[in-house]
Amino acid sequence: MPKWVKPGVFVLCLLPLCFLGYAAASNDLGPDPAERVMHITGEWALRFLVLTLLMSPLRQWTGKSWPLKLRRMLGLYTFFYACVHLVSFGQFFLGWTPELLLEELAERPYIAVGFTAWLLMLPLAITSTKGMQRRLGRNWRRLHRLVYVAAAAASLHLLWISRSDIGEALIYTLVLATLVLWRARAAILPGREGQTRA
Amino acid sequence: MARRYSIPQIASSEITPEPVYLKRRHFLQVAGLAALPALVGHSSQSAASNVTGGTPLTFNPGSDFNTAETRTPLEDISSYCNFYEFGTDKGDPAKYAHQMTTDPWAIEVSGEVAKPGKLNLEDIVSGFDLEERIYRLRCVEAWSMVVPWVGFPLADLLQRFEPTSDAKYVAFETLHRPSEMRGTRSFTSIIPWPYREGLRMDEAMHPLTLLSVGMYGKTLPNQNGAPVRLVVPWKYGFKSIKSIVKIHLTSKQPATSWQTINSREYGFYSNVNPGVDHPRWSQSRERRLPNTLFDQNWMETQLFNGYQDQVAGLYKGMDLKRNY
Repeated sequence: MPKWVKPGVFVLCLLPLCFLGYAAASNDLGPDPAERVMHITGEWALRFLVLTLLMSPLRQWTGKSWPLKLRRMLGLYTFFYACVHLVSFGQFFLGWTPELLLEELAERPYIAVGFTAWLLMLPLAITSTKGMQRRLGRNWRRLHRLVYVAAAAASLHLLWISRSDIGEALIYTLVLATLVLWRARAAILPGREGQTRA
Repeated sequence: MARRYSIPQIASSEITPEPVYLKRRHFLQVAGLAALPALVGHSSQSAASNVTGGTPLTFNPGSDFNTAETRTPLEDISSYCNFYEFGTDKGDPAKYAHQMTTDPWAIEVSGEVAKPGKLNLEDIVSGFDLEERIYRLRCVEAWSMVVPWVGFPLADLLQRFEPTSDAKYVAFETLHRPSEMRGTRSFTSIIPWPYREGLRMDEAMHPLTLLSVGMYGKTLPNQNGAPVRLVVPWKYGFKSIKSIVKIHLTSKQPATSWQTINSREYGFYSNVNPGVDHPRWSQSRERRLPNTLFDQNWMETQLFNGYQDQVAGLYKGMDLKRNY
Protein backbone atom coordinates (compact mmCIF):
# COMPACT_ATOMS: atom_id res chain seq x y z
CA MET A 1 0.00 0.00 0.00
CA PRO A 2 1.54 3.34 -1.03
CA LYS A 3 2.39 5.69 1.79
CA TRP A 4 -0.15 8.34 0.81
CA VAL A 5 -3.20 6.05 1.03
CA LYS A 6 -3.73 6.21 4.77
CA PRO A 7 -3.48 10.00 5.14
CA GLY A 8 -5.53 10.31 1.96
CA VAL A 9 -8.34 8.19 3.36
CA PHE A 10 -8.08 10.05 6.66
CA VAL A 11 -8.75 13.37 4.93
CA LEU A 12 -11.48 11.87 2.76
CA CYS A 13 -13.31 10.62 5.84
CA LEU A 14 -13.23 14.11 7.31
CA LEU A 15 -14.92 15.65 4.27
CA PRO A 16 -18.52 14.99 5.34
CA LEU A 17 -17.86 16.83 8.58
CA CYS A 18 -16.12 19.67 6.76
CA PHE A 19 -19.01 20.04 4.39
CA LEU A 20 -21.50 19.94 7.22
CA GLY A 21 -19.54 22.69 8.95
CA TYR A 22 -19.40 24.71 5.74
CA ALA A 23 -23.13 24.30 5.15
CA ALA A 24 -23.86 25.28 8.75
CA ALA A 25 -21.62 28.34 8.56
CA SER A 26 -23.20 29.50 5.31
CA ASN A 27 -26.72 29.03 6.69
CA ASP A 28 -27.44 26.32 4.16
CA LEU A 29 -29.03 23.66 6.36
CA GLY A 30 -32.61 24.88 6.04
CA PRO A 31 -35.05 26.15 8.66
CA ASP A 32 -34.39 23.29 11.11
CA PRO A 33 -30.62 22.85 11.01
CA ALA A 34 -30.47 20.76 14.19
CA GLU A 35 -32.62 18.09 12.59
CA ARG A 36 -30.39 18.10 9.49
CA VAL A 37 -27.26 17.72 11.59
CA MET A 38 -28.80 14.76 13.44
CA HIS A 39 -29.88 13.14 10.21
CA ILE A 40 -26.57 13.64 8.41
CA THR A 41 -24.25 12.59 11.25
CA GLY A 42 -26.34 9.50 11.97
CA GLU A 43 -26.30 8.53 8.34
CA TRP A 44 -22.52 8.93 8.09
CA ALA A 45 -21.98 6.85 11.22
CA LEU A 46 -23.96 4.09 9.52
CA ARG A 47 -22.08 4.45 6.24
CA PHE A 48 -18.75 4.19 8.03
CA LEU A 49 -20.00 1.16 9.92
CA VAL A 50 -20.82 -0.52 6.61
CA LEU A 51 -17.38 0.42 5.23
CA THR A 52 -15.65 -0.90 8.34
CA LEU A 53 -17.43 -4.23 8.18
CA LEU A 54 -16.66 -4.45 4.49
CA MET A 55 -12.90 -4.52 5.05
CA SER A 56 -12.50 -8.15 6.13
CA PRO A 57 -14.52 -9.53 3.21
CA LEU A 58 -12.63 -7.20 0.88
CA ARG A 59 -9.35 -8.59 2.07
CA GLN A 60 -10.53 -12.07 1.34
CA TRP A 61 -11.93 -11.27 -2.07
CA THR A 62 -8.97 -9.24 -3.23
CA GLY A 63 -6.29 -11.18 -1.39
CA LYS A 64 -4.69 -7.84 -0.61
CA SER A 65 -3.84 -6.59 2.83
CA TRP A 66 -4.75 -2.92 2.45
CA PRO A 67 -8.37 -3.32 3.60
CA LEU A 68 -7.22 -4.50 7.00
CA LYS A 69 -4.78 -1.63 7.26
CA LEU A 70 -7.65 0.81 6.81
CA ARG A 71 -10.12 -0.99 9.04
CA ARG A 72 -9.09 0.57 12.34
CA MET A 73 -9.32 4.08 10.96
CA LEU A 74 -12.74 3.44 9.43
CA GLY A 75 -13.95 1.92 12.70
CA LEU A 76 -12.75 4.94 14.63
CA TYR A 77 -14.47 7.23 12.13
CA THR A 78 -17.69 5.27 12.69
CA PHE A 79 -17.34 5.96 16.38
CA PHE A 80 -16.39 9.59 15.71
CA TYR A 81 -19.52 10.30 13.64
CA ALA A 82 -21.63 8.43 16.20
CA CYS A 83 -20.14 10.72 18.86
CA VAL A 84 -21.00 13.85 16.87
CA HIS A 85 -24.49 12.43 16.40
CA LEU A 86 -24.84 11.80 20.13
CA VAL A 87 -23.41 15.18 21.16
CA SER A 88 -25.74 16.91 18.67
CA PHE A 89 -28.69 15.17 20.28
CA GLY A 90 -27.55 16.21 23.74
CA GLN A 91 -26.93 19.78 22.65
CA PHE A 92 -29.81 20.48 20.25
CA PHE A 93 -32.57 18.28 21.57
CA LEU A 94 -31.89 17.91 25.28
CA GLY A 95 -29.90 21.02 26.09
CA TRP A 96 -28.00 18.71 28.43
CA THR A 97 -30.97 18.53 30.80
CA PRO A 98 -30.63 15.31 32.86
CA GLU A 99 -34.41 15.00 33.38
CA LEU A 100 -35.01 15.13 29.63
CA LEU A 101 -32.27 12.58 29.02
CA LEU A 102 -33.74 10.13 31.52
CA GLU A 103 -37.22 10.62 30.09
CA GLU A 104 -36.01 10.05 26.55
CA LEU A 105 -34.03 6.95 27.50
CA ALA A 106 -36.88 5.46 29.49
CA GLU A 107 -39.76 6.29 27.19
CA ARG A 108 -38.27 6.32 23.70
CA PRO A 109 -36.90 2.86 23.00
CA TYR A 110 -35.27 3.90 19.71
CA ILE A 111 -33.15 6.40 21.58
CA ALA A 112 -32.14 3.78 24.15
CA VAL A 113 -31.25 1.40 21.31
CA GLY A 114 -29.19 4.04 19.53
CA PHE A 115 -27.43 4.89 22.75
CA THR A 116 -26.72 1.18 23.25
CA ALA A 117 -25.07 1.03 19.83
CA TRP A 118 -22.80 3.90 20.85
CA LEU A 119 -22.04 2.28 24.23
CA LEU A 120 -21.10 -0.99 22.53
CA MET A 121 -18.63 0.85 20.31
CA LEU A 122 -17.03 2.72 23.19
CA PRO A 123 -14.84 -0.17 24.45
CA LEU A 124 -13.93 -0.99 20.86
CA ALA A 125 -12.66 2.54 20.29
CA ILE A 126 -10.73 2.47 23.59
CA THR A 127 -9.06 -0.85 22.78
CA SER A 128 -8.33 0.00 19.18
CA THR A 129 -4.64 0.73 19.75
CA LYS A 130 -1.93 -1.73 18.79
CA GLY A 131 -0.83 -1.92 22.41
CA MET A 132 -4.28 -2.86 23.61
CA GLN A 133 -4.58 -5.38 20.82
CA ARG A 134 -1.37 -7.05 22.00
CA ARG A 135 -2.30 -6.93 25.66
CA LEU A 136 -5.74 -8.44 25.15
CA GLY A 137 -4.53 -11.19 22.84
CA ARG A 138 -7.29 -13.63 21.92
CA ASN A 139 -9.78 -11.66 23.94
CA TRP A 140 -9.32 -8.67 21.66
CA ARG A 141 -10.99 -10.51 18.80
CA ARG A 142 -13.77 -11.72 21.05
CA LEU A 143 -14.38 -8.24 22.36
CA HIS A 144 -14.43 -6.71 18.92
CA ARG A 145 -17.19 -9.04 17.80
CA LEU A 146 -19.35 -6.56 19.71
CA VAL A 147 -19.32 -4.52 16.52
CA TYR A 148 -21.89 -6.92 15.10
CA VAL A 149 -24.20 -6.33 18.05
CA ALA A 150 -23.68 -2.60 17.57
CA ALA A 151 -24.60 -2.98 13.89
CA ALA A 152 -27.83 -4.75 14.86
CA ALA A 153 -28.65 -2.02 17.38
CA ALA A 154 -27.92 0.72 14.83
CA SER A 155 -30.21 -0.95 12.27
CA LEU A 156 -32.99 -1.25 14.80
CA HIS A 157 -32.47 2.40 15.78
CA LEU A 158 -32.94 3.46 12.15
CA LEU A 159 -35.89 1.16 11.46
CA TRP A 160 -37.60 2.43 14.57
CA ILE A 161 -37.37 6.06 13.49
CA SER A 162 -38.91 5.43 10.06
CA ARG A 163 -42.42 6.74 9.76
CA SER A 164 -43.88 5.46 6.52
CA ASP A 165 -41.16 4.63 4.04
CA ILE A 166 -38.74 2.09 5.42
CA GLY A 167 -36.76 1.87 2.18
CA GLU A 168 -33.59 3.55 3.38
CA ALA A 169 -33.59 1.78 6.74
CA LEU A 170 -34.17 -1.51 4.98
CA ILE A 171 -31.22 -1.03 2.66
CA TYR A 172 -28.83 -0.34 5.56
CA THR A 173 -30.24 -3.25 7.53
CA LEU A 174 -29.88 -5.66 4.61
CA VAL A 175 -26.34 -4.54 3.85
CA LEU A 176 -25.30 -4.80 7.50
CA ALA A 177 -27.07 -8.15 7.89
CA THR A 178 -25.29 -9.51 4.81
CA LEU A 179 -21.92 -8.46 6.21
CA VAL A 180 -22.67 -9.92 9.62
CA LEU A 181 -23.92 -13.19 8.12
CA TRP A 182 -20.86 -13.39 5.91
CA ARG A 183 -18.68 -13.26 9.00
CA ALA A 184 -20.87 -15.71 10.88
CA ARG A 185 -20.69 -18.16 7.99
CA ALA A 186 -16.92 -17.94 7.94
CA ALA A 187 -16.79 -18.55 11.66
CA ILE A 188 -19.17 -21.50 11.57
CA LEU A 189 -17.85 -23.37 8.53
CA PRO A 190 -14.90 -25.55 9.57
CA GLY A 191 -11.56 -25.07 7.92
CA ARG A 192 -12.17 -21.50 6.89
CA GLU A 193 -10.97 -19.97 10.13
CA GLY A 194 -7.49 -19.40 8.73
CA GLN A 195 -8.76 -17.35 5.85
CA THR A 196 -10.78 -14.96 7.90
CA ARG A 197 -8.42 -14.47 10.78
CA ALA A 198 -7.78 -10.81 11.07
CA MET B 1 -38.22 36.41 19.46
CA ALA B 2 -36.97 39.46 17.59
CA ARG B 3 -36.27 38.24 14.08
CA ARG B 4 -35.29 39.64 10.76
CA TYR B 5 -38.55 38.61 9.17
CA SER B 6 -41.19 40.62 10.95
CA ILE B 7 -42.54 42.15 7.76
CA PRO B 8 -45.51 40.74 5.82
CA GLN B 9 -43.67 40.13 2.57
CA ILE B 10 -40.05 39.32 2.00
CA ALA B 11 -38.39 42.57 1.07
CA SER B 12 -36.80 42.44 -2.34
CA SER B 13 -33.51 43.35 -0.69
CA GLU B 14 -33.60 40.03 1.16
CA ILE B 15 -33.75 37.97 -1.98
CA THR B 16 -30.44 36.83 -3.36
CA PRO B 17 -30.19 38.38 -6.83
CA GLU B 18 -29.92 35.76 -9.51
CA PRO B 19 -26.46 36.83 -10.70
CA VAL B 20 -25.14 36.46 -7.14
CA TYR B 21 -26.80 33.08 -6.80
CA LEU B 22 -25.36 31.91 -10.10
CA LYS B 23 -21.96 33.30 -9.23
CA ARG B 24 -21.92 31.26 -6.05
CA ARG B 25 -22.80 28.13 -7.97
CA HIS B 26 -20.08 28.95 -10.44
CA PHE B 27 -17.57 29.32 -7.62
CA LEU B 28 -18.56 25.92 -6.27
CA GLN B 29 -18.13 24.36 -9.68
CA VAL B 30 -14.75 25.92 -10.21
CA ALA B 31 -13.64 24.79 -6.79
CA GLY B 32 -14.72 21.30 -7.73
CA LEU B 33 -17.10 21.30 -4.83
CA ALA B 34 -20.32 21.05 -6.78
CA ALA B 35 -20.63 17.32 -6.16
CA LEU B 36 -19.85 17.63 -2.47
CA PRO B 37 -23.30 18.62 -1.18
CA ALA B 38 -24.36 15.09 -2.02
CA LEU B 39 -21.88 13.88 0.59
CA VAL B 40 -23.86 15.41 3.41
CA GLY B 41 -27.20 14.69 1.80
CA HIS B 42 -27.82 18.38 1.52
CA SER B 43 -30.65 19.37 -0.78
CA SER B 44 -29.90 22.70 -2.36
CA GLN B 45 -32.61 25.25 -2.99
CA SER B 46 -35.02 24.34 -5.71
CA ALA B 47 -34.01 25.66 -9.08
CA ALA B 48 -36.01 28.46 -10.63
CA SER B 49 -37.83 26.04 -12.94
CA ASN B 50 -39.23 24.20 -9.93
CA VAL B 51 -41.04 27.24 -8.57
CA THR B 52 -44.83 26.96 -8.62
CA GLY B 53 -47.65 29.12 -7.28
CA GLY B 54 -46.95 32.76 -6.50
CA THR B 55 -49.82 34.32 -8.43
CA PRO B 56 -51.15 37.30 -6.44
CA LEU B 57 -54.60 36.82 -4.88
CA THR B 58 -57.26 39.33 -3.92
CA PHE B 59 -58.30 38.85 -0.32
CA ASN B 60 -59.49 40.59 2.81
CA PRO B 61 -56.71 41.14 5.28
CA GLY B 62 -57.16 40.62 8.96
CA SER B 63 -59.15 38.15 10.99
CA ASP B 64 -59.92 37.80 14.67
CA PHE B 65 -58.08 34.50 14.64
CA ASN B 66 -54.73 35.86 13.50
CA THR B 67 -51.72 35.33 15.68
CA ALA B 68 -49.24 38.17 16.05
CA GLU B 69 -46.30 35.77 16.33
CA THR B 70 -43.40 36.07 13.93
CA ARG B 71 -44.21 34.43 10.64
CA THR B 72 -42.06 31.71 9.19
CA PRO B 73 -40.56 33.05 5.94
CA LEU B 74 -42.13 31.81 2.71
CA GLU B 75 -38.81 30.37 1.64
CA ASP B 76 -38.75 28.10 4.70
CA ILE B 77 -42.40 27.07 4.49
CA SER B 78 -41.93 26.11 0.86
CA SER B 79 -38.61 24.28 1.26
CA TYR B 80 -39.32 22.23 4.40
CA CYS B 81 -42.40 20.11 3.75
CA ASN B 82 -43.93 16.76 4.45
CA PHE B 83 -45.75 15.76 1.28
CA TYR B 84 -44.93 12.07 0.96
CA GLU B 85 -46.44 11.83 -2.51
CA PHE B 86 -43.18 13.43 -3.61
CA GLY B 87 -40.80 11.64 -1.24
CA THR B 88 -40.21 11.40 2.49
CA ASP B 89 -37.28 13.81 2.75
CA LYS B 90 -38.29 17.32 3.81
CA GLY B 91 -36.62 18.72 0.69
CA ASP B 92 -38.24 16.27 -1.76
CA PRO B 93 -41.56 18.14 -2.22
CA ALA B 94 -39.75 21.37 -3.16
CA LYS B 95 -37.68 19.42 -5.65
CA TYR B 96 -40.38 17.32 -7.28
CA ALA B 97 -43.83 18.80 -6.65
CA HIS B 98 -43.59 21.00 -9.75
CA GLN B 99 -44.19 17.81 -11.73
CA MET B 100 -47.80 17.84 -10.52
CA THR B 101 -50.33 19.40 -12.90
CA THR B 102 -52.68 21.70 -10.98
CA ASP B 103 -54.59 23.14 -13.92
CA PRO B 104 -57.24 21.98 -14.71
CA TRP B 105 -58.35 21.06 -11.21
CA ALA B 106 -61.70 20.26 -9.64
CA ILE B 107 -63.01 19.07 -6.31
CA GLU B 108 -65.75 16.47 -6.39
CA VAL B 109 -68.21 16.72 -3.51
CA SER B 110 -70.35 13.65 -2.87
CA GLY B 111 -72.12 11.59 -0.24
CA GLU B 112 -74.60 12.97 2.26
CA VAL B 113 -75.36 16.18 0.40
CA ALA B 114 -78.52 17.36 -1.35
CA LYS B 115 -76.60 18.70 -4.34
CA PRO B 116 -73.55 16.59 -5.11
CA GLY B 117 -71.27 17.90 -7.81
CA LYS B 118 -67.95 19.24 -8.95
CA LEU B 119 -66.38 22.57 -8.27
CA ASN B 120 -63.72 23.83 -10.66
CA LEU B 121 -60.69 25.63 -9.32
CA GLU B 122 -61.72 28.93 -10.95
CA ASP B 123 -65.02 28.78 -9.06
CA ILE B 124 -63.22 27.96 -5.84
CA VAL B 125 -60.85 30.92 -6.07
CA SER B 126 -63.39 33.44 -7.34
CA GLY B 127 -66.56 32.10 -5.74
CA PHE B 128 -65.67 32.61 -2.08
CA ASP B 129 -64.52 35.54 0.00
CA LEU B 130 -60.85 34.98 0.53
CA GLU B 131 -59.24 36.26 3.70
CA GLU B 132 -55.87 36.05 5.36
CA ARG B 133 -55.53 33.75 8.36
CA ILE B 134 -52.25 33.73 10.23
CA TYR B 135 -52.17 30.41 12.03
CA ARG B 136 -49.71 28.34 14.01
CA LEU B 137 -48.97 25.02 12.33
CA ARG B 138 -47.82 22.24 14.66
CA CYS B 139 -46.37 19.14 13.01
CA VAL B 140 -46.68 15.80 14.77
CA GLU B 141 -42.87 15.63 14.51
CA ALA B 142 -42.56 18.35 17.17
CA TRP B 143 -41.72 21.35 15.00
CA SER B 144 -43.97 24.28 14.22
CA MET B 145 -44.34 27.27 11.93
CA VAL B 146 -46.50 30.38 11.67
CA VAL B 147 -48.17 30.60 8.27
CA PRO B 148 -50.19 33.48 6.76
CA TRP B 149 -52.70 31.44 4.79
CA VAL B 150 -55.17 32.85 2.29
CA GLY B 151 -58.44 30.95 2.10
CA PHE B 152 -62.04 30.70 3.19
CA PRO B 153 -63.93 28.65 5.77
CA LEU B 154 -64.56 25.07 4.69
CA ALA B 155 -68.09 25.57 6.01
CA ASP B 156 -68.79 28.06 3.17
CA LEU B 157 -68.03 25.40 0.59
CA LEU B 158 -69.87 22.57 2.34
CA GLN B 159 -73.03 24.66 2.72
CA ARG B 160 -73.25 25.15 -1.05
CA PHE B 161 -73.71 21.41 -1.45
CA GLU B 162 -76.34 21.31 1.31
CA PRO B 163 -75.27 18.57 3.73
CA THR B 164 -78.09 16.25 4.81
CA SER B 165 -78.89 15.42 8.42
CA ASP B 166 -76.97 12.16 7.97
CA ALA B 167 -73.74 14.02 7.26
CA LYS B 168 -71.75 13.31 10.42
CA TYR B 169 -68.23 13.23 8.99
CA VAL B 170 -66.28 14.69 6.10
CA ALA B 171 -63.68 12.61 4.26
CA PHE B 172 -60.99 14.16 2.05
CA GLU B 173 -58.73 12.73 -0.60
CA THR B 174 -55.51 14.03 -2.14
CA LEU B 175 -54.79 13.70 -5.84
CA HIS B 176 -53.23 10.34 -6.68
CA ARG B 177 -51.38 10.55 -9.97
CA PRO B 178 -48.33 8.26 -9.85
CA SER B 179 -46.90 9.58 -13.11
CA GLU B 180 -46.48 12.99 -11.46
CA MET B 181 -45.88 11.86 -7.89
CA ARG B 182 -42.67 9.95 -7.57
CA GLY B 183 -43.18 9.18 -3.87
CA THR B 184 -46.26 7.11 -4.64
CA ARG B 185 -44.13 4.92 -6.89
CA SER B 186 -41.83 3.92 -4.00
CA PHE B 187 -41.97 0.17 -3.42
CA THR B 188 -41.09 0.53 0.23
CA SER B 189 -43.75 3.06 1.17
CA ILE B 190 -46.43 1.62 3.40
CA ILE B 191 -49.01 4.36 2.72
CA PRO B 192 -52.01 3.12 0.76
CA TRP B 193 -52.62 5.91 -1.78
CA PRO B 194 -54.50 8.18 -2.20
CA TYR B 195 -53.81 10.03 1.03
CA ARG B 196 -57.00 10.31 3.08
CA GLU B 197 -58.08 12.52 5.93
CA GLY B 198 -61.29 13.19 7.78
CA LEU B 199 -63.06 15.48 10.21
CA ARG B 200 -66.16 15.27 12.32
CA MET B 201 -68.93 17.47 10.89
CA ASP B 202 -68.74 20.02 13.70
CA GLU B 203 -64.95 20.24 13.26
CA ALA B 204 -65.40 20.74 9.53
CA MET B 205 -67.98 23.48 10.06
CA HIS B 206 -65.88 25.29 12.67
CA PRO B 207 -64.95 28.84 11.61
CA LEU B 208 -61.24 28.14 12.20
CA THR B 209 -61.25 25.32 9.64
CA LEU B 210 -59.96 26.73 6.40
CA LEU B 211 -59.70 25.73 2.77
CA SER B 212 -56.54 27.48 1.71
CA VAL B 213 -55.59 28.46 -1.82
CA GLY B 214 -52.60 30.61 -0.96
CA MET B 215 -50.12 31.97 1.53
CA TYR B 216 -48.24 35.23 1.82
CA GLY B 217 -50.92 36.73 -0.43
CA LYS B 218 -50.18 34.49 -3.39
CA THR B 219 -51.28 31.11 -4.69
CA LEU B 220 -49.72 28.08 -3.00
CA PRO B 221 -46.55 26.46 -4.27
CA ASN B 222 -47.31 22.84 -5.26
CA GLN B 223 -45.26 21.45 -2.38
CA ASN B 224 -47.53 23.22 0.09
CA GLY B 225 -50.67 21.61 -1.30
CA ALA B 226 -51.65 23.58 -4.39
CA PRO B 227 -54.13 24.41 -5.64
CA VAL B 228 -56.36 23.88 -2.62
CA ARG B 229 -55.70 22.34 0.78
CA LEU B 230 -57.24 22.04 4.19
CA VAL B 231 -55.91 23.89 7.25
CA VAL B 232 -57.04 22.77 10.71
CA PRO B 233 -54.81 24.74 13.05
CA TRP B 234 -55.62 22.93 16.29
CA LYS B 235 -54.68 19.52 14.92
CA TYR B 236 -51.32 18.06 13.95
CA GLY B 237 -50.21 19.11 10.48
CA PHE B 238 -50.93 15.82 8.75
CA LYS B 239 -54.67 16.41 9.27
CA SER B 240 -54.40 19.46 6.99
CA ILE B 241 -54.60 17.42 3.80
CA LYS B 242 -53.06 18.85 0.64
CA SER B 243 -54.06 19.07 -3.03
CA ILE B 244 -57.65 17.95 -2.43
CA VAL B 245 -59.67 16.35 -5.24
CA LYS B 246 -62.49 14.69 -3.31
CA ILE B 247 -64.72 15.66 -0.41
CA HIS B 248 -67.16 13.00 0.72
CA LEU B 249 -69.72 13.48 3.47
CA THR B 250 -70.67 10.33 5.37
CA SER B 251 -72.59 9.06 8.34
CA LYS B 252 -69.67 6.92 9.50
CA GLN B 253 -66.21 7.91 10.68
CA PRO B 254 -63.95 7.63 7.63
CA ALA B 255 -60.62 5.81 7.62
CA THR B 256 -57.67 8.20 7.53
CA SER B 257 -54.24 7.38 6.14
CA TRP B 258 -52.06 7.61 9.23
CA GLN B 259 -54.64 5.86 11.37
CA THR B 260 -54.77 3.04 8.82
CA ILE B 261 -50.99 2.70 8.80
CA ASN B 262 -50.52 2.84 12.55
CA SER B 263 -53.59 3.33 14.72
CA ARG B 264 -51.56 3.08 17.92
CA GLU B 265 -49.55 6.16 17.00
CA TYR B 266 -52.06 8.25 15.05
CA GLY B 267 -55.70 8.69 15.99
CA PHE B 268 -58.63 10.09 14.05
CA TYR B 269 -58.73 13.28 16.10
CA SER B 270 -55.00 14.03 16.37
CA ASN B 271 -55.62 17.24 18.26
CA VAL B 272 -52.44 18.97 19.36
CA ASN B 273 -52.04 17.92 22.97
CA PRO B 274 -48.84 18.27 25.02
CA GLY B 275 -50.27 15.82 27.55
CA VAL B 276 -50.56 12.92 25.12
CA ASP B 277 -47.18 11.79 23.79
CA HIS B 278 -46.63 10.12 20.48
CA PRO B 279 -45.51 6.61 21.47
CA ARG B 280 -42.06 7.30 20.05
CA TRP B 281 -41.50 10.91 21.06
CA SER B 282 -42.68 13.63 23.39
CA GLN B 283 -45.31 16.14 22.31
CA SER B 284 -44.77 18.50 25.23
CA ARG B 285 -42.39 20.82 23.35
CA GLU B 286 -41.87 22.06 19.82
CA ARG B 287 -39.16 23.77 17.80
CA ARG B 288 -40.45 26.91 16.10
CA LEU B 289 -38.99 27.26 12.63
CA PRO B 290 -36.81 28.74 11.41
CA ASN B 291 -34.24 28.19 14.11
CA THR B 292 -30.47 28.09 14.33
CA LEU B 293 -27.82 25.75 15.65
CA PHE B 294 -27.33 28.16 18.55
CA ASP B 295 -30.98 28.31 19.50
CA GLN B 296 -33.49 25.66 18.50
CA ASN B 297 -36.38 27.91 19.53
CA TRP B 298 -37.83 25.27 21.83
CA MET B 299 -41.19 26.26 23.29
CA GLU B 300 -43.96 24.58 25.25
CA THR B 301 -46.68 23.06 23.09
CA GLN B 302 -50.15 24.38 23.92
CA LEU B 303 -53.32 22.33 24.19
CA PHE B 304 -55.19 22.50 20.86
CA ASN B 305 -52.15 24.40 19.58
CA GLY B 306 -53.32 27.47 21.49
CA TYR B 307 -56.83 27.47 19.99
CA GLN B 308 -58.35 26.10 23.19
CA ASP B 309 -60.80 28.99 23.64
CA GLN B 310 -62.25 28.38 20.19
CA VAL B 311 -62.38 24.59 20.00
CA ALA B 312 -62.32 23.04 23.48
CA GLY B 313 -66.13 23.02 23.41
CA LEU B 314 -66.11 20.53 20.54
CA TYR B 315 -64.59 17.89 22.81
CA LYS B 316 -66.50 18.49 26.03
CA GLY B 317 -66.78 15.28 28.04
CA MET B 318 -64.44 13.39 25.72
CA ASP B 319 -61.41 11.55 27.09
CA LEU B 320 -58.65 13.14 25.01
CA LYS B 321 -56.15 10.49 26.09
CA ARG B 322 -58.33 7.76 24.63
CA ASN B 323 -59.49 9.79 21.63
CA TYR B 324 -56.03 10.92 20.59
